[in-house]
This record gives sequence, structure tokens and C-alpha cells, in this order.
Amino acid sequence: MLYRENGQFKTSYAADQQIFPIAQDRYLILALVAAAFVLVPGVASEYMFRAILIPFLILSLAALGLNILVGYCGQISLGTGGFMAVGAYAAYNFLVRIDGMPAVAAILMGGVCAMAVGVLFGIPSLRIKGLYLAVATLAAQFFCDWAFLRIKWFTNDSSSGSVSVSELHLLGWTIDTPADKYLFCLGFVLLFALVAKNLVRSHIGREWMAMRDMDVAAAVIGIRPVYAKLTAFAVSSFFIGVAGALWGFVHLGSWEPAAFSIDRSFQLLFMVIIGGLGSIMGSFFGAAFIVVLPILLDILGVAVGFNTALASHLTFMVFGALIVFFLIVEPHGLARLWSIGKEKLRLWPFPH
Amino acid sequence: MQFFLEATIGGLMSGMLYALVALGFVLIFKASGVFNFAQGAMVLFAALAMARFAEWLPQYSGISNKLLINLVAFTGAMVVMIGVSWLIERLVLGKLVNQEGITLLMATLGITYFLDGFGQTVFGSDIYKIDVGMPKDPIFLLEGMFQGGILVSQEDLVAALVAAALVAVLAAFFQYTGTGRALRAVADDHQAAQSIGIPLNRIWVIVWSVAGFVALVAGIIWGSKLGVQFSLSLVALKALPVVILGGLTSVPGAIIGGLIIGVGEKLSEVFIGPMLGGGIEIWFAYVLALFFLLVRPQGLFGEKIIDRV
Repeated sequence: MLYRENGQFKTSYAADQQIFPIAQDRYLILALVAAAFVLVPGVASEYMFRAILIPFLILSLAALGLNILVGYCGQISLGTGGFMAVGAYAAYNFLVRIDGMPAVAAILMGGVCAMAVGVLFGIPSLRIKGLYLAVATLAAQFFCDWAFLRIKWFTNDSSSGSVSVSELHLLGWTIDTPADKYLFCLGFVLLFALVAKNLVRSHIGREWMAMRDMDVAAAVIGIRPVYAKLTAFAVSSFFIGVAGALWGFVHLGSWEPAAFSIDRSFQLLFMVIIGGLGSIMGSFFGAAFIVVLPILLDILGVAVGFNTALASHLTFMVFGALIVFFLIVEPHGLARLWSIGKEKLRLWPFPH
Repeated sequence: MQFFLEATIGGLMSGMLYALVALGFVLIFKASGVFNFAQGAMVLFAALAMARFAEWLPQYSGISNKLLINLVAFTGAMVVMIGVSWLIERLVLGKLVNQEGITLLMATLGITYFLDGFGQTVFGSDIYKIDVGMPKDPIFLLEGMFQGGILVSQEDLVAALVAAALVAVLAAFFQYTGTGRALRAVADDHQAAQSIGIPLNRIWVIVWSVAGFVALVAGIIWGSKLGVQFSLSLVALKALPVVILGGLTSVPGAIIGGLIIGVGEKLSEVFIGPMLGGGIEIWFAYVLALFFLLVRPQGLFGEKIIDRV
């Protein structure tokens, strides 16, 4: 009975409308956030920061963005990597071309540019549906890949398309140690997760979900498809663009277009599916799963004594098999497992 | 003019090859509603099997007749592809009946990863050769009309002929055999087909096997052109715009879409490419398909989808 809900009365509208109406949820999340801010920077090693925590946070943000589009609005997109690239390169351009541009503003402006590109490539979604749209969004991916490799202006005339960002500052705070970078990303992710959570429970989120469930019926009851679909593309690409900028600025430091290849798009889609379509929490679960899994498999492979080539092929195999396994066993993703767990804890230790 | 014709013919030839890969997509989508992203991985896997069997056979059995080796290797690869199809049906698709399109798409992405890893684990990850005796020398056409004639790669010509023959065979198979009729019935309506006693599971295995066969042919042709290596699976990414341009459910659409994309790509690379800095082949097909879909959302020959509330 860890999850006992009786006795928790809501006596005001504010109490009824809060994000986590059940006290246990609220305290757990608050404790998690506090631990993430206070405890983790103290105990995590540099390897943990670089290889797991920072990629996890940034990819969670991107998965959150993609989940808004795919999970909430039902528009399948395979162009995520391209939008991340737009965010990263746009932010880079703002940073190097404008004197005294604060890093945070550059990152947000990168998000805005990604939003514009996202809306542009979202326009076909008004005509095309489902799998046709999935393939059509690949146009965005390949076009962005090409543009950042071939058009020199975007990369400030660097020869290979590779650019680098030296040092980040935020109000006099120099972000250079891994722990600083982690906290910087954590701040972003927390803020954006809050925004996303509130968006999807507001009227606009409901419009997205109506569009996802049945677009014709939604249109009949007065939801404008143009508005709903394009806002979903806009919000989603903004998140993804910011994540792309963070990925370049904070995680990689220096990067080239290959960092945002089509593999990144697939990876993010896996996160969304495995984590749970249409779930904010699920985006985090999915990101954690996909970030940690290859590392674990690599460690395992080396421990058993495979050579690197074989280990990487086996990683591919296990990865593919796990995706299929997940789809068969739990099509609603890890978020569903989480909610099943909560259901069980309501009655625990008495199952009936 | 001469140059333009050469580019056009070159485009038509490579378009035929795209169509071949696209055909695999269309077959599976038509009969099971699965958008099979794994088609590229299947092409790679089939080509790897073929190349390695052809290499192992002389080593272990001492047969040196090239035709025989290729025939046995082809049969072997085909058996492997049928096995793979059966396993996919058994382990993956059979358990995902009635799931949404995106779930099935993701499942085939999982299969893609698995097959890529599995193929390279079993068959190795170097570059292998497939030698089925395709002529390599270029020939010149219409020498009377143009100075020096029009250069056509003989290899491409043979490949295009093989592709055309394959399409004819498939069309006949769908039109005139009992199995073909059953396949068309399943494509029209799963449930109705099932209720008159057509076994869905077996049909899916057959469809996937046919797709495996198409993948094998495509793999052999591409493989003997470019060598069998990981990048072969990326050919599928070229076939995707072909499929959506032609319409997901149409075999003629795959062919005509392939030709349009092939020609468009070559001509754009030659005439527009230099203006934009080159390399536009990567996205041109997609952008072309995208604009086309804006006009006709179901593709050239796709079925029009009517939504009802």
C-alpha cells in the first residue's frame, strides 16, 4: 500500500489541476529532481557524465520533441536528425556571427530556426498521411545532411563541414567541467519537460491527440487540422532544435554533419517507441534505455572476449532483436510498465 | 543532345535497378500492409549469401564450373532467403497482427538492424565480389546519327533487361497462378480472404519469399556492379522515394517511379548539380517525390484513400 490514494482529497481547482495529483508521485519526482541536482554531481565519475548522463539528458529532450509529434499528434517523422542539425548549425552561426551573443540565447535561436524548417517540412503533412509522410520527412533529413556538408556559409567556410564551439558561459558561470555541463543540460531538460507536460494537457495538446486518433473526426468537431498539425511540427522541431544545439555545443564541442545522420533519426524514433508513444515520462525511459544498452552490450562483448568487429555486429543483432521483442511484448513501451508497476503498488502487499 | 541522351539512358538504366528494389517494398506492402524497411537489409543479406556461397563452393567441393557454382550459390541463397522469410513471419509478423502501421514499420527497422548484424557476423564484413559473367564493356548506339555514338554501359543494359524480365514473370505469377490469385485476394481484404479459407500465414511466408527473391536478384545485380558490402543496404534508401512516387500498392508504379527517379536524378545531377555545389543526388529524389505527393498524395498509381468518420 505504498500508493494509497484514499484520504487525498482535492478541495480546490488548483489541487485538481496539478501535474502530479497523487502525493506519492509528487514527492518521488521532487526527490528525483533534487537528487539529480545535488547528489549526482557529487557522486558521478567523469566517464558517467560524458558517456551516459549528458547524452541521456540531451537525447531525452530530443525524444520529448519527437514524442510530441509522433506520440501526441500521430505524424511519423524520420527527419529528426536533420532538425537537430539545423538547431546545432543555426545556433553555431548565431554564436560566431554576432558579437557577445550569450550561449543560451544562441541555443534558443537555434531552436527557433529548427522550428521554421520544421514547419516548412511539416506543410506536406496537410496532404500526406501515415507512411507516405514518414518517407517524405526523409527529404528533410537528406536535404539537411547535404546542405551542411556542401553550403560553406553554414559552417563559416570551414573546409570539412566540421565546426567547434570553444567555451560556454552563462551569466559569468563558465561551463567547462563535465559536472557543469551536466547541470546546464539538466536545467534545460527540466524546463522543457515542464513546458511539454503542460502543453500536452492544455487545449492544444488535446487538439493534437484528437488529430492523432482520427483526423477527419477531429476536423468535423471544429479542430483546424492546419493549426493542430503545424503547431505540433513547430513545437516538436523547436525542442529537437534545442536538443541539437545542446548536442553540438555541450556534448560534442566540435562536430560535423555526420553527427546528425539518419541513424540519429532512427535512434530517436526507437526511444520514443520503446519508451512509450504519447508519454512524457516514456521519452526519458526510452532515452535511458537506448543510451545505456549499447554501452552495456559493448562491455559485455569485450568481457566475454569477442573482438571489436564481432562485438559491434552482435550489438546490432541484439539491438534489433530487442526492438522487435519490445514491440511484441509491450507495444505501449516502458511507460506502460511503469504505470502497471504503480497499479500493483496500490494494493501491495495484498494483491486483491 | 548526345550528352543529354546519354544521361537520360543512363538514368533509365539505374532507374530500372531502383525499381527492382522498390518492387520488393510494393509486394510486401500490397499483401500484408507492412512497410518493409528491411528490404535494403534483405538485399545486402541475399547478396552476401550469394557471394560467399559462390566463394566457398569451389573451396570445399572442388567444383570449378562457373555456371554450376553460380547456380548452386543462387539456389543456396534462395533457400536462405526463404528460411529468413519464414522466421520473420513466425517470430515477428505473426505476433504483430492487427498492430498499427508505425509499430510494424518499427518492427521491420528492428529486423533491419538484426539482419545487418547477422549477415556480417555469419558472412563477414569485407567487400566481396559476385561474378555472374555480366559483360563489362560499354557499347555505342546510333553511331550513324551522332559523332561517336551514344555510350551505354552493357552491364546496365543487361541489368535492365533482367529487371524487366523479372517484372514480367512476377506479373504473370500474380495474374495466372492460383497462389497469385490468393495473394491478390489477401491484398484486397485480409479478413475476407481468411474466411474463404486462404491461409494468411502461408501467404505471408510466400510474399516475403518472393520479396526475398527480388532482393536476391537486386543484390546480385547491384553486387556485381558495386561489390557486396555494407553500403549495398543503403540502396533501399534510394528505392523509398520511388515507392512513394509510384504509390505504395502499385507494381507498375514502382517501375515507372523508378524510371522517373532514375532519369530525374541523373539529369538534375548533370544540369542543376553544378549550380548548387554538386552531390544533390542524395536529396533530389526525395524532394521530387515530396512535391509530387503535394499534388497527388497517394502517388502516381496508388489507391486513393477515402476517410470516413
